[in-house]
Amino acid sequence: MSHAAGHGAEMAEAPRAEEELHHHPGPRTYVWIAVILSIITALEVAIYYIPSLSGLLVPFLLAFSAVKFVLVVGYFMHLKFDSPLFKRLFVTGLVLAAIVFFIVLATFFFGAEHPGLTG
Amino acid sequence: MASHATADVGHDYTTTGLNHTKVAMWTFLGSDCLLFGAMISTYLLYRTRTAAGPTPHEIYDIPYTSVSSFVLLMSSLTMVLALAAIQRGDNRGSRVWLLATAFLGMTFIGGQIYEFTTFVEEGLTMSTSPFGSAFFMLTGFHGAHVTVGILMLLSLVGLSLSGKLNQEDSLKVEMIGLYWHFVDIVWIIIFTVVYLIPTE
Repeated sequence: MSHAAGHGAEMAEAPRAEEELHHHPGPRTYVWIAVILSIITALEVAIYYIPSLSGLLVPFLLAFSAVKFVLVVGYFMHLKFDSPLFKRLFVTGLVLAAIVFFIVLATFFFGAEHPGLTG
Repeated sequence: MASHATADVGHDYTTTGLNHTKVAMWTFLGSDCLLFGAMISTYLLYRTRTAAGPTPHEIYDIPYTSVSSFVLLMSSLTMVLALAAIQRGDNRGSRVWLLATAFLGMTFIGGQIYEFTTFVEEGLTMSTSPFGSAFFMLTGFHGAHVTVGILMLLSLVGLSLSGKLNQEDSLKVEMIGLYWHFVDIVWIIIFTVVYLIPTE
């Protein structure tokens, strides 16, 4: 009986222990991520000065910026390896920030008949 | 990929099984996205309203800001290395990386102070134009975040020197690390949106 109860307690603890165990990358991975981030930053600055790429500058810059963002959040902040709840909390903030952006944008573009509002 | 396991042993947990300090930190970072989201939106809407003052194209020094961005990116590396060091019980290594992070942060802030001074000398102030207001508010708030981060890093170094920051306290380094990396990702966006994307 007591053995069964003890086994049950172990089973109940198992998910928590699983949550506690975070598999974070090692220093070598962190250095590689930093190298990739440096190369992307150099590419961002380089394409800024290439006139023939001016038409594609904005999509390239946004893509590079997104890759850097994901690498830092995923590896340095360990969001790739931690509980999905942290990811949900952070993404909620990002989505709300995007909503704020579109509301402000809409205020400026559709509120043209109210110059006092949009300056 | 090299990996190692670390356990948050001896910390408080919520009913979700997750550390409540970490849940609170991620909630704070999610809410801070709103602050910077609002200020980046404002900058994008006002960046062409330069009145009689200088335009972004006239005033930005891209090579200089690129170096600042590189410095802040590298501070994220030193921060995560400080965390890795304390998690494996290397207190001295952790102190060295924390000091390196604080030093890189101070270098970034020094660069920002120089940039602001130059802009003011060239005629761009908070009151010159809507562009000036939005620029100084956004980058100034980011600089304030970096400054708070530097103070927290130096506090960690002080705790470590007094023997109050050991392997079992690695969560403190992890939390301040999360804040520091957040400041870095905000700058990744600011560098692209404010400095590199052309106005026209």
